[in-house]
Amino acid sequence: MSQPKANTLATLEPHFINNETLEIPTFHLLKQDGTLYKGASLPNISKETALRIYDNMVYIRVLDERLISAQRQGRISFYMTCIGEEASIIASAVALDDKDMIFAQYREQGALRARGFTTDQFMNQNFSNEKDLGKGRQMPIHYGSSELNYMTISSPLATQIPQATGYAYAQKLRKQQQVTICYFGEGAASEGDFHAGLNMAAVHEVPVIFFCRNNGYAISTPSDQQFKGNGIASRGIGYGIHTLRVDGNDTLAVYEATRKARVYALENNCPVLIEAMSYRLGAHSTSDDPTGYRSKEEEAKWALKDPVLRFKHWLVKQKWWDDDSEKALYHKYRVEVLDQMKKSEVIDPPSLRSMVTDVYAEVPKHLEEQYQELKAHIKKYPDHYPNTSGRID
Amino acid sequence: MPQINLLQAINQALSSAMEKDQEMVCFGEDVGHFGGVFRATSGLQEKFGKERCFNTPLVEQGIIGMANGLAAAGVTAVAEIQFGDYIYPAFDQIVNETAKFRYRSGNEFNVGSLTIRTPYGGGIAGGLYHSQSPEANFTHTPGLKVVVPRDPYQAKGLLLSAINDPNPVLFLEPKRLYRASVGEVPTEDYMIPLSEAEVMTTGSDITLVAWGAQLEYVQKAATLAAQEGISCEIVDLRTILPWDKDTLIQSVNKTGRLLITHEAPLTSGFGAEITATIQEHCFLYLESPICRICGMDTPYPLALEKEYIPDELKIFEGIKRTMNF
Repeated sequence: MSQPKANTLATLEPHFINNETLEIPTFHLLKQDGTLYKGASLPNISKETALRIYDNMVYIRVLDERLISAQRQGRISFYMTCIGEEASIIASAVALDDKDMIFAQYREQGALRARGFTTDQFMNQNFSNEKDLGKGRQMPIHYGSSELNYMTISSPLATQIPQATGYAYAQKLRKQQQVTICYFGEGAASEGDFHAGLNMAAVHEVPVIFFCRNNGYAISTPSDQQFKGNGIASRGIGYGIHTLRVDGNDTLAVYEATRKARVYALENNCPVLIEAMSYRLGAHSTSDDPTGYRSKEEEAKWALKDPVLRFKHWLVKQKWWDDDSEKALYHKYRVEVLDQMKKSEVIDPPSLRSMVTDVYAEVPKHLEEQYQELKAHIKKYPDHYPNTSGRID
Repeated sequence: MPQINLLQAINQALSSAMEKDQEMVCFGEDVGHFGGVFRATSGLQEKFGKERCFNTPLVEQGIIGMANGLAAAGVTAVAEIQFGDYIYPAFDQIVNETAKFRYRSGNEFNVGSLTIRTPYGGGIAGGLYHSQSPEANFTHTPGLKVVVPRDPYQAKGLLLSAINDPNPVLFLEPKRLYRASVGEVPTEDYMIPLSEAEVMTTGSDITLVAWGAQLEYVQKAATLAAQEGISCEIVDLRTILPWDKDTLIQSVNKTGRLLITHEAPLTSGFGAEITATIQEHCFLYLESPICRICGMDTPYPLALEKEYIPDELKIFEGIKRTMNF
């Protein structure tokens, strides 16, 4: 039995506990000008790792910028940027081992890039062509790669949270020295799956890092209409989970927090919750317009806390980076992304056959029949189905 | 009469119902100040205050659970689930609670003042999780009513009936038509009775039955068929639980042929229920097998959406097959 210690803390007065008594500090190291806070100790981060993080940040800025404009031009149907949250996403991913599993929500393209997802892979997914690993079945940004240990994105929110618990349990069962990281937003943390996932991980002592990107908004709903408690961190404590709140715009702090969380999770076989405090600088998605629910002033205030710029300032102070390298890197990625976009755009859509494969491990008889019927129909009306009519046997 | 779109018709119905019923509440994710991701609840918070039109945390089981509680207390509650695809976390609350509240309590309690609104269906490049038509999951649930409007006029009249009906109603809104479907809608209130089908077009050779967005394809297919001299009778079921079998039986007994179409997958779709009922009642009148033109038995694809949709050409082919049996 592990009931709370009722007797040792007995009281003769009805002593209600409220939210304000719980103090949760925010771990930070780096100021916006790129200098460390007084008394902060620099984490053990190599020049190579630091530059790897920054390289990914620049790449994602370029990718987001180009794909947003591609969506506006009607070349892709949908897009989501991660602007403002690059430090949370990229520094946490880089702090892990590449064999650790990632369960993301949908805004974590930076983590995927850090794993080595290539420009053609990004573009083929967004253009839903036949080279997309997901076979053009899901909306843009629903990436996934088993080779890179990055679980394919699913639009329903928070479903990945208990799944991450299960995946990490398998890692523990197999005695692998790996963890699973699970990203989600503060909005998704309202879903039942969040509570199920955290509780199961704590009860079953599973090495999973729950990484909450508290970016202030769930589409239009600000976090003060999402929860009244002390953020998401307080819930980790409630579930008996080792918990840390971190400045999500502080690359060094996020890196150090995640590195420590990984060590702790593996050494103690237990979950860790990190709540990264940040801000979704862009719209929720290309289907959203934030001017309907938040002010330009608020956005401007957060733009001043740009995580990429903050980290750049630090790199420059280390003499590891300069404006010429910056210019060259942006140029390189802009060219690379635009070139690949032009290529991916003209690759054929997925084959008609891909409609019936992967529903099951094999194509059952009834789906084979439906496929044959559809094929015959398309042959009869080739002009009406130009995506596939020219390519069926 | 003013021309408005389907979203505006829904907004009008909600606004007018909230004006009449000072206790009615309307809530869901992003439903408050923002007016919902499709703007169906636009302006309601400004008009009726934050207490009566509000955002909820992002938890569908909570939205419907809370709605059940409000309705159990007798408050008129209209809960929005942002996309039909996201209704499943609330499945337990709807299937085990909403639908059974009255029965299990011996009518001591009921949640009849609850209406659940949710957009459904494809045609918007939404892929797997912004395109599904989940109606058959709910037509298999005794205690619920399931209503699907096809245009702005129907949407307003049916939604007002759903809100006023003494039973919980799942109101599925065809999101493909939210802005695309525009029509004349009276500014004053009116109600279209639930569980009454409508014969939209009379014909003599074959009956085509559908509901919601699918009727747009049905009408196009009927036009193609007319060019070949085939006279189609079109029936909009409007409410699919409990559904108006009498109107359909009458129609099929007249035409002798039936084609059913829905966007949801074929297997165990609501078309199967209609087929079973019609063969039972119209066996001797049927000139050919009942034809179903439905979504394939696969998840809803993105890039090949056009191929997946049971469109007017597939329906047209089905009509010809049925005629030439």
